[in-house]
Amino acid sequence: MKRFIGFIKKEFYHIFRDRRSLFILFGMPIAQVLLFGFAITNEINNVDVAFFDKSKDAITEEIINKIEASKYFTNKQMITNDAEIESVFKKGKVKAVLVFDTDFSEKLTKENKTTVQIITDATDPNTANTINNYLSSILQKYQQEINKEIKISHQIITQTRMVYNPELKSVFTFVPGVMTVILMLVSAMMTSISITREKELGTMEILLVSPLKPFQVILGKVFPYIFLSVINAVVIVLLSIFIFKMPIEGSLFLFGFESVLFIINALSLGILISTISSTQQTAMMISLMGLMLPVILLSGFIFPIASMPLPLQMISHIIPAKWFIIIIKAILLKGVGLSFIWKETLVLIGMTLFFIVLSVKKYKIRLE
Amino acid sequence: MSISVKNISKSFKKVTAVNDVSFEVKEGELFGLIGPDGAGKTTIFRMLTTLLIPENGSATVAGFDVVDDYKEIRNNVGYMPGKFSLYQDLTVEENLDFFATIFGTTIEENYELIKDIYVQIEPFKKRRAGKLSGGMKQKLALSCALIHKPKVLFLDEPTTGVDPVSRKEFWEMLKRLQQKGITILVSTPYMDEAALCDRIALIQDGKILQIDTPQEIIKHYPKKIYDVRADNMYRLIESLKSFEHHYSVYPFGEFVHYTDKRDDFNPQELQLYLEAKDHQNIKIEITTTTIEDTFMELAK
Repeated sequence: MKRFIGFIKKEFYHIFRDRRSLFILFGMPIAQVLLFGFAITNEINNVDVAFFDKSKDAITEEIINKIEASKYFTNKQMITNDAEIESVFKKGKVKAVLVFDTDFSEKLTKENKTTVQIITDATDPNTANTINNYLSSILQKYQQEINKEIKISHQIITQTRMVYNPELKSVFTFVPGVMTVILMLVSAMMTSISITREKELGTMEILLVSPLKPFQVILGKVFPYIFLSVINAVVIVLLSIFIFKMPIEGSLFLFGFESVLFIINALSLGILISTISSTQQTAMMISLMGLMLPVILLSGFIFPIASMPLPLQMISHIIPAKWFIIIIKAILLKGVGLSFIWKETLVLIGMTLFFIVLSVKKYKIRLE
Repeated sequence: MSISVKNISKSFKKVTAVNDVSFEVKEGELFGLIGPDGAGKTTIFRMLTTLLIPENGSATVAGFDVVDDYKEIRNNVGYMPGKFSLYQDLTVEENLDFFATIFGTTIEENYELIKDIYVQIEPFKKRRAGKLSGGMKQKLALSCALIHKPKVLFLDEPTTGVDPVSRKEFWEMLKRLQQKGITILVSTPYMDEAALCDRIALIQDGKILQIDTPQEIIKHYPKKIYDVRADNMYRLIESLKSFEHHYSVYPFGEFVHYTDKRDDFNPQELQLYLEAKDHQNIKIEITTTTIEDTFMELAK
């Protein structure tokens, strides 16, 4: 036990004396959460729009007022001819232009229909889509208002309710994802690098020729990072509660347990990587390419798994991050208990055991 | 026997690093493996410290088999690899403390053993190991290898890259350790250090050329060696090599070492030959044989 504590003490010296990795350890989670929370988002706010009002009557003015009044749009300018449409887009500020047809209200009252054209800047397709939807819904709402008196005999009224995230805040879905990515990165990459560093510097040679047992070396390497990863998880959760007002619906205890399980899973992957790579460079490349990319792309963090082609869906099953994201989304947003996520938890436990057994077996007690 | 090696071999892919090597080291002996880089010294060390498994043959260290009883060996030996292998970001004291802890001991417990060496670096105990000079690094590495009071000490090229003064000190320390009953196996490419060992094995290309005490090895050298020098050393070697009776010619420090095929060789004859070849300031003197001469002869 004394040997083990001595080893852990040494590991903490390494971590705290290496400024660069310390920065990665603690700077990265905060930076990522803030980045994903504020900058990378699907929501739109204060988008600049321009209007080309060819009829200039009471109704068009009312519509323009309604759009201006919403918090999503700002009236940037009024356009007076067709050529200007192109030029405002090219300037880049204006993301959408509304063109009202001539004799707008006259046509509406006499012919019962009139047209308004929405032109959006689709250089960013997602934003263009969202802007389009928001504008359309404002127009529709207005239409409903003026049709209030008229009775239509057959009508299907859609009633939508978004549950678990009624405001569709993207930060709620990003937090679980970012947390998964960070825990994976910190745990797997840092451990694999710290073990291969011993190989590269030749200190592994001395550790091998010592009475330390393989599991002592592995546990000694892993333990400090469990500790640091838990701190990271706590920081991320605190940030999301206090800065992004994310609700924690489920049990914090269960959440903590699942996080530690995932951390251990990532750490065992890190050890596995270190057993197959002999330099820090290789370990880093394998961690980045072999872990980070699948975690970001195939775990359901950014792209929904259900819409992937079948082969990729199959691959996503073997990615631990996928299961963890399902688990923490369920706990944090839906507030479910273990009875709803026991299957995913079992999958994670199984994977963790598999990695641990494999890495202890692959750990070399000699140089070859 | 403290170390007993029987016919061990080891090859990496196509290269045979160690080829049928056997030797024995008595308890409390200071035994040297002498040979140039790439001779297979490090591979022998790694097999004896249980880091590599020999392909053929067997070896025991402190009575334990290097393959079957590797755990016991790891408890009983001290190993100092050729490359400086301590934690550069840990201080002198932290390194020593770490190695004491993982061997289940403390600095205080075995301080007596490392005292001579450690007092020299103790003033710098708060300094990071990476910031030490070459000589101090070696002393620290030796202290770390000794802290658990090993029965057998393996030192792989401990003086490579160390200044002459530190080298001399280092060997004095080894002598003192030996008096404390520790068996020491040391390797070095420096032939002058060989004379400081109790017995040495000359090794080249994975094969042992000769095992004996340094004195015996020198004594058995069959020829008389002459120091030859002249103004133009390069041309001197050329001329000596074209002398019909020459046996061996190789540069040795500021001289050229020359041996003749004949037993009744007269240096006067060589003097005349070199004068005829237009050499200036010729000096020919008989000299004492060194390990290096023996090695050059055996390695031919």
